[in-house]
Amino acid sequence: MSAQLDSIYEVARRSFLRAIRQPAAFVPAIVFPLFLVAVNSAGLDAATDLPGFPTDSYVTFALAIPFIQGGTFALLNTGTDVSTDVETGFMNRLAMTPLGGPSLLAGMLGGAMAIAVIQTVFYIAIGFVVGADFAAGIGGIPLLFLLSLTISFAFSCIGTFTALRLGNSEAMQSMFPVFFVFLFFSSMAMPRDLIVQDWFRTVATINPLSYLIEGIRSFYVTGIDGEALALAFGISALLIAVFLSLAAASLRTTLVRT
Amino acid sequence: MSESPIERAIEVEGLSMKFKKGPLAVDGIDLHVDPGEIYGFLGPNGAGKSTTVLMLTTLLPPTGGRATVGGYDIASEGGRVRGVIGAALQEAALDVHLTAREHMRLQTALQGVPKDERRQRGDELIERVGLADAADRKVGGYSGGMKRRLDLALALVHRPKILFLDEPTTGLDPQSRSSLWEEVERLAAEERMTVFLTTQYLEEADRLADRVGIIDRGQIVAEGTPAALKAEIGEPSVAATAADPADRDRLVEVLGRFGTASAGAGGDGEAWVRLAPGCGGLVSVVRELDSAGVTVADLQLHEPSLDDVFLEKTGRKLEGAGDATGEHEAVSVEVAA
Repeated sequence: MSAQLDSIYEVARRSFLRAIRQPAAFVPAIVFPLFLVAVNSAGLDAATDLPGFPTDSYVTFALAIPFIQGGTFALLNTGTDVSTDVETGFMNRLAMTPLGGPSLLAGMLGGAMAIAVIQTVFYIAIGFVVGADFAAGIGGIPLLFLLSLTISFAFSCIGTFTALRLGNSEAMQSMFPVFFVFLFFSSMAMPRDLIVQDWFRTVATINPLSYLIEGIRSFYVTGIDGEALALAFGISALLIAVFLSLAAASLRTTLVRT
Repeated sequence: MSESPIERAIEVEGLSMKFKKGPLAVDGIDLHVDPGEIYGFLGPNGAGKSTTVLMLTTLLPPTGGRATVGGYDIASEGGRVRGVIGAALQEAALDVHLTAREHMRLQTALQGVPKDERRQRGDELIERVGLADAADRKVGGYSGGMKRRLDLALALVHRPKILFLDEPTTGLDPQSRSSLWEEVERLAAEERMTVFLTTQYLEEADRLADRVGIIDRGQIVAEGTPAALKAEIGEPSVAATAADPADRDRLVEVLGRFGTASAGAGGDGEAWVRLAPGCGGLVSVVRELDSAGVTVADLQLHEPSLDDVFLEKTGRKLEGAGDATGEHEAVSVEVAA
């Protein structure tokens, strides 16, 4: 057991080192989501005057975006790294060792989680620096941390599965706009009940990302909201269950060995 | 209880690989490799060399036949096979963002080397392949030769009994190639490691391999020691070019005293002969040409090569043979008779 844990740690360490040594991928994954907050806050600040808008600070409202967008970057970066391993034959190197598929998967996702910890700390810190409200209070921070990591884990599972199916880093990167579309057609910029267009409101309502955003947002805007958190954790758990299983099955195919 | 020594390091019977919608990449090959032997698997691109290696290293389930590696069946005892083999596959599968030392740390951990021995084992192998000065540099900045050497070192961390090297020197400069050859020779000689080496370089197979299997279009067309295979071809041949093209027929007549001589098709005074056994060799040819008064501009002795073996068995020249250094061990003599 300790040998397996040791192997998982070493694979995770390698994933983490590889990620932070690619500044062109790592830095945008942390910084770029904040640009979206800045742009939205500048352009949509007047939205706080709408009747029923849940807060008078748009920055407070928008701070959920980086957590989710950071997750989509985690998805892309994890996926690109995994598909690169398939392309370069590194996966064959791993397949030649006694390392089991589940341990390999755990290691790869462990590295992605280490990056997610950095992202989460950064976004929480930025929230305090810009003076955003944090309705959940200091006691809510560990729960926010947990939800953020759960969401990132779910996204990393999606990225790993997609990469193992595609086995091609260029194809993986071309998927980025697809994932981004999900973010835009969500309650990212406006509460669902204030979205004027019926079709947009319908799409945002069936888009699971809306509930992940609303779960994070609740910490900043309304405080600990049991329903929002249950939905956010529940959807994340569902995504993890589905995509972790699919990734494990795909890994068995990729790690073909007798 | 000590393990009983295995009779064959590798034993292959009727091994086949048929890809879906693809060709029969490996077509029922039989071969064996004895413990401590270097076996050269020689063939052109697409012959089936790498597919065979992937099957023997358990990374590709065969579609027919059977094989044992280290005494274990590749299809049903994959885990045990992987425990006794090391492999450096065709592409040096390295992470460009990690250093050599970090690769070693990962590989030693995954191969189950005890924690307190990992650092020492890694450093020892890095030193052995001559990468000590570059051990803390990211692999992305390494040359092709350095990557190959690191790949080899990584394949050795768990002290495998059998080493698979798939075209280990393809694309390397002569110095890197030579240094890798020395390491492979050392592994076989000092550590009694069995080496299964695929190559498309005749010189590599000739220098390293105790025995050679030549594969073409998925089938083994010849097998034996390099010397025995070349001996099958016969004696060396002599090629000569008459200084005056008009002397070509006289040149053919003189060469014909040493075997069956042929004139070149180009009309430039060229002729050649495969020397008959016991005919005296190049010195006798020179003497006869001198006494017959035939002046030659060029005279070359061609020792039979593995390329000749390949040509004999397949009717084609081995692709890529020219990439290695001069396989035709030609002795060029300018004669002014």
